[in-house]
Amino acid sequence: MKIRIKFRKWGCMKFIGHLDMLRYFQKAMRRADVDICYSEGFSPHQIMSFAAPLGVGITSDGEYFDIEVHSTKTTREMLSDINAAMVDGVEVTGYVALPDNAKTAMSIVTAADYVLSYKDGYESPFTLEEWKAEILELFTSKDSFPIIKKTKKSEKEVDLKPLVYDFKVIEQNHKPAFYMNVSTGSVDNIKPELLLASIYEKLNINYQEEAIAIHRLDVYAADEKTGKQISLLEMGTVLE
Amino acid sequence: MRKLALNDEILMKVEKPARYIGNELNSIVKNPKDVDIRFVMCFPDVYEIGMSHLGIQILYDMFNKREDTWCERVYSPWPDLHKIMKQEHIPLFGLESQEPVKNADFLGITLQYEMCYTNILQVLDLAQIPLLAKDRTEEHPLVIGGGPCTYNPEPIADFFDIFYIGEGEIAYDQMLDLYKNMKAEGAEKREILRAISKMEGLYVPSLYKVTYKEDGTIDAFKPIYEDVPSTVKRQVLVDMTNGVYPEKPVVPFIKATQDRVVLEIQRGCIRGCRFCQAGMIYRPNREKDVSVLKEYAQKMLKATGHEEISLSSLSSSDYSQLEELVSFLLDECAKQHVNISLPSLRIDAFSLDVMSKVQDIKKSSLTFAPEAGSQRMRDVINKGLTVEDILDGSKQAFLGGWNKVKLYFMLGLPTETEEDMRAIPELANQIAALYYDTVPKEQRVGKCQITLSTSFFVPKPFTPFQWAKMESKDEYLRRAKIVNDHMKEQLNHKSLRYNWHEADVTVLEGVLARGDRKLSSVILHVYEHGGIFDSWSEFFDFDRWMQAFKACGIDIEFYNNRIRPEDEVFPWDFIDVGVTKEFMLREWKRALGKTVTPNCRMRCSGCGAKQYGGGVCYEN
Repeated sequence: MKIRIKFRKWGCMKFIGHLDMLRYFQKAMRRADVDICYSEGFSPHQIMSFAAPLGVGITSDGEYFDIEVHSTKTTREMLSDINAAMVDGVEVTGYVALPDNAKTAMSIVTAADYVLSYKDGYESPFTLEEWKAEILELFTSKDSFPIIKKTKKSEKEVDLKPLVYDFKVIEQNHKPAFYMNVSTGSVDNIKPELLLASIYEKLNINYQEEAIAIHRLDVYAADEKTGKQISLLEMGTVLE
Repeated sequence: MRKLALNDEILMKVEKPARYIGNELNSIVKNPKDVDIRFVMCFPDVYEIGMSHLGIQILYDMFNKREDTWCERVYSPWPDLHKIMKQEHIPLFGLESQEPVKNADFLGITLQYEMCYTNILQVLDLAQIPLLAKDRTEEHPLVIGGGPCTYNPEPIADFFDIFYIGEGEIAYDQMLDLYKNMKAEGAEKREILRAISKMEGLYVPSLYKVTYKEDGTIDAFKPIYEDVPSTVKRQVLVDMTNGVYPEKPVVPFIKATQDRVVLEIQRGCIRGCRFCQAGMIYRPNREKDVSVLKEYAQKMLKATGHEEISLSSLSSSDYSQLEELVSFLLDECAKQHVNISLPSLRIDAFSLDVMSKVQDIKKSSLTFAPEAGSQRMRDVINKGLTVEDILDGSKQAFLGGWNKVKLYFMLGLPTETEEDMRAIPELANQIAALYYDTVPKEQRVGKCQITLSTSFFVPKPFTPFQWAKMESKDEYLRRAKIVNDHMKEQLNHKSLRYNWHEADVTVLEGVLARGDRKLSSVILHVYEHGGIFDSWSEFFDFDRWMQAFKACGIDIEFYNNRIRPEDEVFPWDFIDVGVTKEFMLREWKRALGKTVTPNCRMRCSGCGAKQYGGGVCYEN
């Protein structure tokens, strides 16, 4: 049976990279006695795949991985078992069964949304209203938003406009913050800080990476019928 | 939420920030208000290595079982963070509390190998604790060393307030009780140290005075006060079965060197190889009962979720209940998809059968440690393994489908001749020839691969070879060349590969292993000139050490390149290790006479370890 698990990650756990989170959950599955399926061969490994790897330094309310199990208890019981095997800073918030023909989380991700905010001790260069005006002028009102995307080997121009599905200024802890929903996954993967850093660049202000806290809210796939974004968790059913 | 000692900016900048955040599964966080004693336990190397060490896991568990004590961990910050901490004056912190180490009551440092000595100074320096014990005040923690290098603590004596000699399970509780009570009565550090020095197994170096003869050797090593004991007795956990053991070891987020459950099946070794310090200082051999091991295996797998379990011992094949344990683990592990790793097994029918069940034969290799190439040399070192053993084991393995063999040897053993050196590749050639004789052409998967590795022998305190002389760096390399050249002359040389160790590290290990208190100045000089992580080849700088010896006026040859006379007072003679110097000397003489000494199960050789009242000495 295919199972999708949702978890959140906060505090110092943001420094644990993607591959180490994978190892962490492999061990956690054993501690929680999850009846997980193993591959064949001399060094069998758990059937487990993560949706959209989260960068080091980012916290999240919406992380996903899929597993296959031989048997399972109810969603409520499984959440309780797995959470009993967690460390501080990781909590499993969803456990749903997927249809047998479900594609892996990794292959269907299309978008993710984030909040970028100013950390304690750092101030925004503009007020909330000033930011709203700037974003409207620089981004929302424009038909395109070309930026130079640098990779290890080359530099190329990319238009961010069609890859950013939502971008607005909000208030958090009495400071301006940014909500964004961006293209994610194997085709066009947009890192949230790329958008904000590009805005800073257009404004000719220095973007300080360490000033900005990045928090992922959720990860989405496109609904097969409507094409609308749906949260990865909604694609499964709660076990009762 | 816990506040981290390092800010986000730093953690995002350094390699592997997970080394510094704590929060690992099964790590212990207590409320500082609820405890009387804060203990920080340090392995002076990088996190991934330190986290793999069993001894710290045992003591961490044991200390934290005390309600009045909170034991935390700390490891050497990697050079990238080292630099930042120095620049920004960030004090080194315990992983659990993220609070400065300098505020603790104790800083315990485990000493596993000599080349970590500069990292001791790094840890003290970053912790903002004066490097020399004599410069510390009431406000600094007591710095206590433990582990195998404390069997000659003299080269680092100036940096420590206390050394614990022996197995930690025994005297720590009493020491902590004493500390707590004296502290509550308002005693000064000076008084506490004096009281501690009277406890068995605890050595307070500042309470002893060393005087030297004109030739540089020790004239006398004496306590300063009459009530301080003149010898320090090694502490031994006689009843291994009922000793404390961590049922819930800490599980790191990043992959440690030992990313597995480690089951200690026994301590000590019955073999008596004359070069081996562990084989002497952990006497008598003591086994843990198999029923307890089965229980621990299950509990620890459950508590950690590790996918692998490994047995820890000096010679697993000598564990009398091995078959029962291994067949239990094979059953249990198959159910749970857990891998088993079995280091230090003798190659025989049983171990080959087990290995074929737990490893992919095509990918794995057989390991033999003959340690010397010729039978003459093996008799000198009292290594029981014979050519027949090696060839029989290899033959069975070749028939079982293996075609890779690793062989470990030492060069520079006492009395070694060119003939002994040449015997090393000759033995390898014999094994390769055996492969081609044993396995028909149509069944071969390519050539067989015989890998020979040599390290250079370093005489260690409390071994029969503690009187032996070492060679110079050039002489070591000359010997490696003899082996290499002769390997190329072998008929099957295309199936052989030879690796040898660097000789300059060997020279330093030799000095630090058998050195005296004068060496503290050299280690200090090296640290002050930028030396850290000397056990890492990318950071090790031989010239920096040579300059330090020169600046401190210390002659390496005095320590390494002379046969020490029988009546010489060694820097470590004040330690009563339980195995007598008379036995060691007897063994040294037997070595020179090429006489083999039977193992402890065959016949007692009267080494002295029987006084502990347990283990193999009382088996029959």
